[in-house]
Amino acid sequence: MITVLRAGPLTTVQDLGRPGYAHLGVPRSGALDEPALRLANRFVGNPDDAAALETTLLGCALRFAEAALVAVTGAVAQVDVNGRPAERPHGHQLFEVPAGGIVDIKRASRGVRSYIAVAGGIAVEPVLGSRSTDTLSGLGPARLTDGATLPVGMPTGAAPLVGEAARIGGELVLGIRLGPRDDWFAAHGLFGSAYRISPLSNRVGARLAGNALTRAKAGELPSEGVTLGAVQVPADGQPIVFLADHPTTGGYPVIGVVDDVTPLAQARPGTTVRFRELD
Amino acid sequence: MKIRRVGAAGLLIECDDADRVEDWRAELWRRRETGELRATEIVPGARTVLIDGVPPGTAELLPLWEPARGGIQSEGPLVEIPTVFDGEDLEPVAELWGVSAGEVVHRLVETPLHVAFSGFAPGFAYLRGLPDAWAVPRLAAPRPRVPAGAVALAGGYAGIYPTASPGGWRLVGHTDQNLFDVRRKQPALLTPGTRVRLVTA
Repeated sequence: MITVLRAGPLTTVQDLGRPGYAHLGVPRSGALDEPALRLANRFVGNPDDAAALETTLLGCALRFAEAALVAVTGAVAQVDVNGRPAERPHGHQLFEVPAGGIVDIKRASRGVRSYIAVAGGIAVEPVLGSRSTDTLSGLGPARLTDGATLPVGMPTGAAPLVGEAARIGGELVLGIRLGPRDDWFAAHGLFGSAYRISPLSNRVGARLAGNALTRAKAGELPSEGVTLGAVQVPADGQPIVFLADHPTTGGYPVIGVVDDVTPLAQARPGTTVRFRELD
Repeated sequence: MKIRRVGAAGLLIECDDADRVEDWRAELWRRRETGELRATEIVPGARTVLIDGVPPGTAELLPLWEPARGGIQSEGPLVEIPTVFDGEDLEPVAELWGVSAGEVVHRLVETPLHVAFSGFAPGFAYLRGLPDAWAVPRLAAPRPRVPAGAVALAGGYAGIYPTASPGGWRLVGHTDQNLFDVRRKQPALLTPGTRVRLVTA
């Protein structure tokens, strides 16, 4: 069992989400930085779809009732085990935590979201096949609060795998495929200048601030299905890139779809973003 | 019918009207059942059907799958929604329709409805069936909190709020039915294609 000593501003349970229910209005949810979640799970011998914790910027502190193998990936942050910077006998991000041990993930020095995987996974009750907290609809376990407890599953005994962590930081260049509604805009506006990540960004979407996109076509769009990475443009012309907790339908036109939203999971407010058109 | 690209693995089928959306949605669900179509999501909208997580080449198959027109609306299962018609906006809706509140209720229980698509929240279904002439505008300012089970109208649609949320639809009544329960095998009571009747509770 894990006891939450310091929940941080937003720490949630995340796995690979619950795709397949969009026709019922259920968002996909899941880890924003999916490669980092998979990596953390592989470090501790979990299957890729095991549930882990996703922190936001300021980390969190946890007490492990039983000895545990724990991996931390994603954002770059100091990790203390029982008050001391953790030794890392197995490589970069893997820690053996003794029974009663306290793991404290400090404020991220680069990136935003850390992923904390424990051998056996976070064993909260799944909802529609996933243990992810969906911040938009409220499905899944509640966000962590101080004092909350989390069950840990049985480790599979699989050998831990190592992998390469992605580099975090710097200006982002996002590959985008125009459509389905690029004909509603003067689309070149998207490529002409840089945008910055707005502090209003969250798990639903990365809000961008910069050159307002102008509509080539007036009128309202009847609600239609939207996907992960969709760049929706509301009336003010400032684009929003939809992330894991995005609504399943939207009434604003989508100018294009970002190929890989992972870098946005780790991009801090103020980060410069440019778009590059794909095929 | 027009097909638009949605990222690397998505397609948006643009339909001539809402009836065709239902034809396409039913056809694509059927083709996924038989294994002809591989897709993670098939999401109907007001005028479109989105398919996501499809393999390359799917766009070329779609024109061959053009469904026959019509008939879908009468095929789904029938769900009756026991409704108490005590909504705060019942009188304003009566004014917009130019009839009495009693006549609004009469019309709502007499009109066969069906689910065109879902969205906004898990289990929120957009119900078609009301004549265009009865379309009502949304509230100018949404209510900060609409209770779960509220039966409401907006545009040409009827809808029922599965959970309490902010909302700009016009409230005509409420139901005790649980619209969305993750413990059920079918969590949503109302899914695209379901036929719906409002009945006086």
